[in-house]
Amino acid sequence: MSSDTPEHPQHGEVLLTMRGVVIDGFADERWHEIIRGVDLTLHKGEVLGLIGESGAGKSTLGLAAMGFARPGCRISGGEIVFDGIDLVAASERRKQRLRGSRIAYVAQSAAAAFNPAHTLLEQTVEATLRHGLRGRAEAEADARALYAAMDLPDPEHIGDRFPHQVSGGQLQRAMTAMAMAARPDLIIFDEPTTALDVTTQVNVLAAMRRAIEQFDTAAIYITHDLAVVAQMADRIKVLRYGEEVEEAPTEEMLRAPKHPYTRSLWAVRSLQKPGQTSSDLVLEIDGVTAAYGTVDVLHDVSIGLPRGKTVALVGESGSGKSTAARVVTGLLPPRRGEVRFDGTALPADLKGRTKEQKRRIQMIYQMADTAMNPRQTVREIIGRPIAFYHGLRGREVERRVERLLEQIELDGSFADRLPGELSGGQKQRICIARALAAEPEVIICDEVTSALDQIVQEGILKLLMRLQEDHGLSYIFITHDIATVEAIADEVVVMLEGRVVEQGLKEEIFAPPHPEYTELLLSSVPEMEAGWLERAIARRQGGAVADRLAEGGRDLPSPG
Amino acid sequence: MHPVVSIMLQRLALGLMTLFFVSIIIFMAIEMLPGDFTQAVLGQAATEETVAAFRRELGLDQPAYIRYFDWVGGVLQGDFGTSFSGRASSGVDRSREVVDLIGPRLANTLFLAGMTAVIAVPLALLLGITAALWRGSLYDRAVNATTLSTISMPEFFVAYILILFLGSLYPVFPSLANVSADTPFWERVYRCALPAMTLTLVIVAHMMRMTRAAIINLLASPYIEMARLKGLSATRVILFHALPNAWAPIVNVIAFNLAYLIVGVVVVEVVFVYPGIGQLMVDAVTTRDIPVVQACALIFAATYILLNLLADIISIVTNPRLLHPR
Repeated sequence: MSSDTPEHPQHGEVLLTMRGVVIDGFADERWHEIIRGVDLTLHKGEVLGLIGESGAGKSTLGLAAMGFARPGCRISGGEIVFDGIDLVAASERRKQRLRGSRIAYVAQSAAAAFNPAHTLLEQTVEATLRHGLRGRAEAEADARALYAAMDLPDPEHIGDRFPHQVSGGQLQRAMTAMAMAARPDLIIFDEPTTALDVTTQVNVLAAMRRAIEQFDTAAIYITHDLAVVAQMADRIKVLRYGEEVEEAPTEEMLRAPKHPYTRSLWAVRSLQKPGQTSSDLVLEIDGVTAAYGTVDVLHDVSIGLPRGKTVALVGESGSGKSTAARVVTGLLPPRRGEVRFDGTALPADLKGRTKEQKRRIQMIYQMADTAMNPRQTVREIIGRPIAFYHGLRGREVERRVERLLEQIELDGSFADRLPGELSGGQKQRICIARALAAEPEVIICDEVTSALDQIVQEGILKLLMRLQEDHGLSYIFITHDIATVEAIADEVVVMLEGRVVEQGLKEEIFAPPHPEYTELLLSSVPEMEAGWLERAIARRQGGAVADRLAEGGRDLPSPG
Repeated sequence: MHPVVSIMLQRLALGLMTLFFVSIIIFMAIEMLPGDFTQAVLGQAATEETVAAFRRELGLDQPAYIRYFDWVGGVLQGDFGTSFSGRASSGVDRSREVVDLIGPRLANTLFLAGMTAVIAVPLALLLGITAALWRGSLYDRAVNATTLSTISMPEFFVAYILILFLGSLYPVFPSLANVSADTPFWERVYRCALPAMTLTLVIVAHMMRMTRAAIINLLASPYIEMARLKGLSATRVILFHALPNAWAPIVNVIAFNLAYLIVGVVVVEVVFVYPGIGQLMVDAVTTRDIPVVQACALIFAATYILLNLLADIISIVTNPRLLHPR
């Protein structure tokens, strides 16, 4: 398979066929169709990308390729044939013999999918041993060779570590090695890089693709990220509401998507606004050094937020973005430096701040789910800050709640709902309304769109931009997603290991030349064109920061 | 120092501190008990002088805090004082050391508790694991229903039923568990069979249900799904992937039930006329034998604290994040 020309690769015989597969899920006391009659054909050594929003049934379909239905689901129709074996009719024993030996699975969150109680090596060789494919010594030697093939540092000994002792990127590679251990004919990759930082993702993607090419393994690659699937798949199938929208060879799909839904998936990335700046700073973080315990996690950080503008804090996890937000809100008093609001220093500790000072800075969180009390209605959730900050009650609060719901484009009937009765996007809108209820001047948005689907993300970003126009709000927007930055930011602050790498107007930051880390971060964002992965990897060779981030130094602490 | 060691030392210190506070509470609670040993012994007719003299002899005329420190000071040296009983108004002193009184009784209690634990804990684990493995099956429901009904019946009732069937109708085991210090080991086991069975029936349900629940709780974890997708058998998934992560809640319930075997078995002791520590304490309370009551209460408290400490340590040791820090 040539990586530069993924269109119409010549693959061998058919490995897996699905015909009219129907899968039901049990919810609200009855069975619903999750997958409504999907056909799928996969040849030996071929990679099929499955994309769609969450809830489209991608994972369910992927698992069905192993003859597996999650608890509460059942395969109720159609046929699934793997290499001549009918997986719908096959006995559980027969399917068990296939799983882990001829069909393997790579899960979304390696951190959760590795058993915390056993070492990596133990888990890597488990399937091969249990299926009686190899002896222990041979299996362990092979696992070490696979670790090396997956570019894991210290492949001889990393297997002796427990899952919590290695980084997320390393775990994801170890899981691919685990899937490869039995040299399966087919691997199901279920969103394997979604939980990783972009800079880590590139390396993991490259290692995965090298492995499936080397062993000529067929794969179903499930993701919601088009750019990622473009790098991995020979063909792409788009799913929506459990049905196929369209399927085409990757290049054709990227060049000319036929279905309007597919085109709408592409369109999200075009949301963009020109960056503007102003010298009137509403909020200044000045020379802040902050620590958790005795470990400094922010080092002399200075960031300015122009009034009515959006400053995006970007960087990978652990770079100090959220810590900076905690300093601003007063949750984490800094060891040195200060935060100024309208030119006056704010008390470092939240307890020292007046109600008025608190009111002017509000926060919206990544997980709208956990940021709301599940037992309170939307009316109570939004009504609380209205009563608290503005001392209103009764009818007055009612009217404010209604107006706020209107502003976030939900109708008044939502006031009586509980968070559990809302979709992900609606929940985040309620959180925005709650922040808005205080009538703040600054809102800190901490990864507010990261947990949402592309199309929903677009809606939330547009809402935030409109509210900024209407109310003159200033945002500190924390994100690791460059596309989101493109969409909403005026200024960008790049952070690395608790330090500010650079701050400036978005266009300036995104235009070369870049400091090395910014370059690495920007070049790690997958692009929707074939061959991007190779170029990104090639570009990375030799950079000092890339070397430092190449996991050997950073992620694997010395034993002891 | 390995973090596990320092956590253990911390827990140990915390346990000792708890024990210290408990000793204060025990002492104050007994202070507040109505009635007085001297009056109980000397009767209503005693003159005020005799009562005062007797009180002086027992040290009851001292202020409470002094008596507390005397008591704790003695306990720290292994001296639990002298029992009040055996003293009479006649002046004849046949009183015995508390340690000598409690010693053999405690040994009996520990023997019965140990014997029950050896049967009940493995049985509960086995039932719990198999019930989790075949959850929803007839077996699972049968085990749940049986253990639930045995735990719902009062202990004395379970005891009498066992006596009726295994002691009386089909006399396999003796109905009375009268043992003494020189009873040989197997004879002791034989005589303790019925009380041990009663206690087993009482405590198995709790431990078995926790084992089942702790395992089932983990079955929704991604790593369990991963294990299934590796084609492992259901037994392997439960024993190798779920159980090692389920120990913490299970050992806590086991510790709780073992503590119950030592401190809560007075009813069973009475039914089988077993000379354990529970009966001793009840007798001491009725005769207002304060040193014995205090010593028993302290031993019970120490048992709870020790077993919970042990459970904590096992939970820590079975947690790979603590055992193998980064």
